[in-house]
Amino acid sequence: MKSSILTVTILFIAVVFSSAKNNPAQDALKLSIERGKKVYDNTCLACHQVNGSGVPGMNPPLKKTKWVLGDKKVLINIVLKGLDQEIEVNDETYSNVMPAFAHLSDQEIADVLTYVRNSFGNKASQVTEAEVKKLRDK
Amino acid sequence: MKSVALKMMFLAVISLIFATAFANGPVKPKHPRADVTLKLPAGFTATPIAQDLGKNRHIAVAPNGDLYVKLEKLKNGKGILVLRESGGKAKVVNSFGDFAGTGIAIKNGYVYASNDQEVFRYKMNAKGEVEPNQKAEKIITGLIGRRQHEAKPIALDNAGNIYVTIGAPSNSCQTKDREKGSKGMDPCSLLDSAGGIWQFKADKLNQTYKDGARYATGIRNAMGIEWNDEVNDLYATQHGRDGLFQMFPELYNEEQGAELPAEEMMRVKKGSDFGWPYCYYDQMQNKKILAPEYGGDKMKQGRCEGVDTPVAAFPGHWAPNDLIFYTGSQFPEKYRNGAFVAFHGSWNRAPLKQKGYNVVFVPLQGGALNGKYEVFADGFIGGADIDSPDEAKTRPCGLAQAADGSLYISDSVTGTIWKVTYNK
Repeated sequence: MKSSILTVTILFIAVVFSSAKNNPAQDALKLSIERGKKVYDNTCLACHQVNGSGVPGMNPPLKKTKWVLGDKKVLINIVLKGLDQEIEVNDETYSNVMPAFAHLSDQEIADVLTYVRNSFGNKASQVTEAEVKKLRDK
Repeated sequence: MKSVALKMMFLAVISLIFATAFANGPVKPKHPRADVTLKLPAGFTATPIAQDLGKNRHIAVAPNGDLYVKLEKLKNGKGILVLRESGGKAKVVNSFGDFAGTGIAIKNGYVYASNDQEVFRYKMNAKGEVEPNQKAEKIITGLIGRRQHEAKPIALDNAGNIYVTIGAPSNSCQTKDREKGSKGMDPCSLLDSAGGIWQFKADKLNQTYKDGARYATGIRNAMGIEWNDEVNDLYATQHGRDGLFQMFPELYNEEQGAELPAEEMMRVKKGSDFGWPYCYYDQMQNKKILAPEYGGDKMKQGRCEGVDTPVAAFPGHWAPNDLIFYTGSQFPEKYRNGAFVAFHGSWNRAPLKQKGYNVVFVPLQGGALNGKYEVFADGFIGGADIDSPDEAKTRPCGLAQAADGSLYISDSVTGTIWKVTYNK
């Protein structure tokens, strides 16, 4: 009895581990987030801050807002084209101009947006290189 | 069984009511304000005489001692609150002005206040108060306010003039603002209508750019602006440019990007040029340096030789939001005719810790620097070092000298007003 429980446990652990290791989608997400953090630190952090809180009245927060968690197309276009309008996020207005970051590659934009959508308490789907490419070519 | 189901339902309804009540209830202050205890030199005490006023900006004291607070966001439809002190607390006794903004000043029986494009004034009655239905006179209109450095701080001299800061809607006048690699415009076309201080008549209605004069230029955003009666000159505190490390990592490291350029306190003469966007002040080299957008290499002066230099320089990005001269007799002698500067605190030192968020004293003698500046009031952030401004529990924004010689400090986060007194 005891040994059978042990066998089942070992089997279970093995299955869990192997599935974690061999889940390509999970791995791709993790790697994209890791690469995205580097892009964020170099490109976005100065205005949107270490913790994604933004700057009151100036640069909008990236935490739990529909701008980040909603339609991916809107989000990708903001990075590609910039945003020059006053916006409201959670009852606060933010007015600084965001420049375009079209000089980043499709992969870098996909990575940084995947990072932002999965950081600061956010949880949302991955942004792919193909999704960025499609909008850039439009 | 039935009673259990009923109880469950009852509980569900109660919790739903509670959840709804909390979700739709008044927004609680983000931080418990009791956490903030200001640190001051020995003998000084800070008392929060008013709290939860709103988004406090600049403040001004009337001859009768009332405190006028300009709000960045309307409260019950009003943008100016009038506070009167009694027994260690200040109550709102009046409110007026249907516009939000930053600037407020009181002179010769008028309250002057600004939104981001215009300046108004209100006549005070024989009792030195603004009547509840007093009509506003629009004295200046049509100023540039493009959602960046759009606030319009104001000051008045003793010769019937009003001075208005028109901040540059730009970081460093690049063709594309804040876009890496985008060149600096040369000449910077923004300087025709912004990036300086303009002079208008204090009593003429509906003035536009053509009625005023560009009094001084090359000032990115003079949030602090005040007439110094002792030396009869205008003074200003500038928010300097940022992004040296982010835009030019081959020239500047993170530390230099956080510390440079200096925030400047300037003595502003008619025709002064402080060099923005072509030049910035390096407080380590004590000189104006050519900006990298215009060919600078962080050492070269080039065209910046001979450009006006500051009276006092402070670390980068502290954001000096207000400036006053102390003329009272309550504080010790060394404070007389010196300046207090309220630093709203940085955001653009990231990834390093944010700094500023304090009120500094600048010793002056005959309007010139007389020693080193010292931090006068600190502790506004309400805890240890912070990574981003939204972690600051309070932020100093406006200053005014009370009728009894105390110092008022306004806070833009929780809407607090502190009164700082000296007790010997």
